[in-house]
Amino acid sequence: MKVRYFAWLRQRTGCTGEEVDPPEGVRNVADLMAYLGGRHPRFAEACAASGVVRCAVNQEHVGPEHPLAPTDEVAFFPPVTGG
Amino acid sequence: MARALVQVQEMAFTPGEELDAFIRAGRADEGAVVSFTGLVRDMALNDGLKALTLEHYPGMTERQLIAIADEALTRFGLHRCLVLHRYGRMSLREPIVFVATSAAHRGSAFEAACFLMDWLKTKAPFWKLEETAEGERWVDARAEDDAAAARWVS
Repeated sequence: MKVRYFAWLRQRTGCTGEEVDPPEGVRNVADLMAYLGGRHPRFAEACAASGVVRCAVNQEHVGPEHPLAPTDEVAFFPPVTGG
Repeated sequence: MARALVQVQEMAFTPGEELDAFIRAGRADEGAVVSFTGLVRDMALNDGLKALTLEHYPGMTERQLIAIADEALTRFGLHRCLVLHRYGRMSLREPIVFVATSAAHRGSAFEAACFLMDWLKTKAPFWKLEETAEGERWVDARAEDDAAAARWVS
């Protein structure tokens, strides 16, 4: 599964993206956030604050319950500030 | 044929030229063109903003902007609309975003321009990083922007 990080989440994890192979129990976005939090303590900190970490799967905005497939591209980012 | 044009670029642009080109490409039955230009501003006044860098998510940005523009076309019965958004580093007062809409009458053109900006601000994956005299800082999302987008959900 391809994971990407943007803005200050990229700085916190220290990487723009990574290829991960999460364990069996990781079924949705919330599960993946918990799993990635184990690899990046500062990502876990950000996830602990509600509404700060947003997610897109295959470039569409999704909520924490969204199911995941191994071929998905999953992106994590703070609330957007364009315009 | 109604159509939506979306352009994401690093290069600076001149709003007047974009507006001229948009008007010139119009049809005989278009009676109204509305445009909006967003500028780099000093969010906290007198804070010494030196520059702004817009990070984005290539691919998703275009995808989201096309979805927003298509929604505007159908929802407001527009003839055409254009969304131009920059990314990368830019200076104070430089244009960041330009939106233009055209329709038979002004009402839907005005409304659609508001809608496009409200939705773009909450859906398009851009993040602002400010460079000030005191260092770099990421701009926080505003609750007002969420509220502005929410008013279009009926």
